[in-house]
Amino acid sequence: MSGATTDPRMNPARRPPSRGIELSWSDPRLRAVVWQVVIVGGIAALIWYLVANTMNNLQVRRIATGFGFLDRVAGIPIGEHSIEYDPAIHSYGRAIWIGVLNTMKVSVVGIVLSTILGTLIGIARLSKNWLVSRLAAVYVETIRDIPLLLQLFFWYAVAQGLPAPRQSLHPVEGVFLSNRGIKVPLLQWQDAHSWALAAFVLGWIGTISWARMATRRQEATGIRPRVWPAGLALMIAFPVLVWAALGAPFTLEMPVLRGFNFVGGLTVSPEYGALTVGLVLYTASYTAEIVRSGILSVATGQWEAAGALGLRQSWVMRLIVLPQALRVIIPPMTSTYLSLAKNSSLAVAIGYQDVVSIINTILNQTGQAVEGIAMIMLVYLTISLSISLFMNWYNARIALVER
Amino acid sequence: MSSTTLGASSAHRTQPPLLVAGPLAWMRANLFNSWLSTAVTLALIYILARAGIGFVDWAFINAVWSVPISAQGVIDPTDCRNIKGVGACWAVIGDKWRFILFGRYPFDEQWRAGVCIALFIALFVVSAMRRFWRKELALIWIGTLFVIGVLMWGGVLGMNFVPHDTWGGLPMTLILATFGLALAFPLAVFVALGRRATTLPAVRYLCIVYIELVRGVPLISVLFMASVMFPLFMPVGLNPDKLLRAQLGIILFGAAYLAEVIRGGLQALPKGQYEAADALGLTYWQKMRLIILPQALRMVIPPMVNNFIGSFKDTSLVLIIGIFDLLTAAKVALAEPAWQGYSTEVYLVLAVIYFIFCYSMSRYSRGLEAEFGRSVRR
Repeated sequence: MSGATTDPRMNPARRPPSRGIELSWSDPRLRAVVWQVVIVGGIAALIWYLVANTMNNLQVRRIATGFGFLDRVAGIPIGEHSIEYDPAIHSYGRAIWIGVLNTMKVSVVGIVLSTILGTLIGIARLSKNWLVSRLAAVYVETIRDIPLLLQLFFWYAVAQGLPAPRQSLHPVEGVFLSNRGIKVPLLQWQDAHSWALAAFVLGWIGTISWARMATRRQEATGIRPRVWPAGLALMIAFPVLVWAALGAPFTLEMPVLRGFNFVGGLTVSPEYGALTVGLVLYTASYTAEIVRSGILSVATGQWEAAGALGLRQSWVMRLIVLPQALRVIIPPMTSTYLSLAKNSSLAVAIGYQDVVSIINTILNQTGQAVEGIAMIMLVYLTISLSISLFMNWYNARIALVER
Repeated sequence: MSSTTLGASSAHRTQPPLLVAGPLAWMRANLFNSWLSTAVTLALIYILARAGIGFVDWAFINAVWSVPISAQGVIDPTDCRNIKGVGACWAVIGDKWRFILFGRYPFDEQWRAGVCIALFIALFVVSAMRRFWRKELALIWIGTLFVIGVLMWGGVLGMNFVPHDTWGGLPMTLILATFGLALAFPLAVFVALGRRATTLPAVRYLCIVYIELVRGVPLISVLFMASVMFPLFMPVGLNPDKLLRAQLGIILFGAAYLAEVIRGGLQALPKGQYEAADALGLTYWQKMRLIILPQALRMVIPPMVNNFIGSFKDTSLVLIIGIFDLLTAAKVALAEPAWQGYSTEVYLVLAVIYFIFCYSMSRYSRGLEAEFGRSVRR
């Protein structure tokens, strides 16, 4: 047959027609365009309708628009502020910034503590000791199934149920637990401490480079120089020496009961304490499950192979299991951190003045709901994005490098 | 020969060594494995015993179960005052349990709210049974939710009308969570499909923006938005009800999370299923309705249950915008002068209620997951 060698597609007459969009409902591309126009147009119309209503409502209720209120004097008393703040002088903008700092204070401390506690509980759940693993399991199951808000109320009630300052609990010298919060001694910061801190940072960098050098030496010669003596010397001895050379100043500012309250020392307010404890305990139960499933995801053969190589138990964990488990742990851990940051907004229920609480107050004073909610969303989206970016960077760093 | 051996062995039946099998061996292997393990076990037993005895003392032995109430209905909590810190005051529960459970729902009509709780639980149980996983389940849901609405509102069949601003307590928590799920679900399906619609980039980006925006902010901000911004969105003079606005906020929030769960199912489905449906010449909606969604949704039932547990717990946040759910009812009960300071007892009871609901759901979801896993591995 003559046609056997000719590909029909080579015949110009039989080529598929050129693919412009046809004005026919049977053309999927036309359908796609029409659908998108209809859906996007519908949503745009809805948004336009809502915005028009909002403008109208704002006019009727005589509510100002725009972010001009940020410069006005706030007049909101804020109990906990990490930067200077006086409600009679400072602006709404500064009040909001204090709220952001307060949110970050809770989130960062919460993330660090819940990671430590969660990891410990996750490992405890895998313990060979039956009692330890059962207790960890009971902890995880119970805490996860009770709403965080209820737990926060409980801890806040506990914090408020502590005795008044005069009868405060006094477990260790300089530490007082009362319904005004936890008082601890505060180190009076002097120049020597700053220098010691700088020395510590230097020593830390030095230790990291020493460890890198040790790895290179090991790769070249097979013998790894000891790292921990160098680390000890650089990170502990060096800062201590610097501190001692500058006269070793060490004065603690002790909290003292005066009148009905304490003076001096560092205060952990009942609100902050309850919020942090609640968030850490709640989030740790999720972290524990993530850590457990991460460690379980490492194949038994890996443990056995490491054992067969003659590695010590602690090395098996550190060199073989943990690096592989981390790859499974990091992605869900990211979302746990995100939800911790978002859950910190429950502060508003127990009176800790985080960003949501402060903006909510402002919103009630000025009536500028749209701007307020937009700012809350902006703050949280920024926090979420920062955590995501950091965790993605870390995840990429520890990811398995494949061919 | 065989008979003699048998006889001999039965005559000299020996016990296995004590430390190889049996409870003693188990304890040695699991509790006293090494000196460290032994120390930890002993320390934990000591702590647990101390805590357990302390709790029993507080909750039962020293507890006050009821306090005298005068003829005028004035409560005399002196007994509770006297044992504060040493024993529990369960009298607060005895006095307030109906308020905590049903809120400000008219006292004589509270049986209706109670029936609603039973209906909700029955609905969950029926939905959990695999023999009901059919299209009819949607009808069962619609029917039950309708009956619940009738019971709660009343106004027909000789029941008095109860306006919904007096609803409260556990029925409110269940209503917010269940209606939230039931209405978020269809929305979530569409959003999940939209996010995977590669031929409709505009729709896809719209869905991505919606999902990521909602998942990036806390539920409180969505609830605030529903309570303060929503009235501004409406035409002048039209002010939708507070409960409705909160419910809408919960639905919009839940749908974003649910959409991601459903997307997981859509992605997990082998590509061959999509291609086979295309090869059959099915239209997009036929393909989704007949081939893809039935398989994908089935696959994500366990994570969907977990999601539901999350939103069940999250409904407690409506307290912040002043909706009368279980937690709000408890807080209001505690605000009464006679019962101030007995929050531990009330919170404990609430924790038990929430725990029973959440724990049974999570057990169910885990069982289901194991079952599904087994069928996949086979």
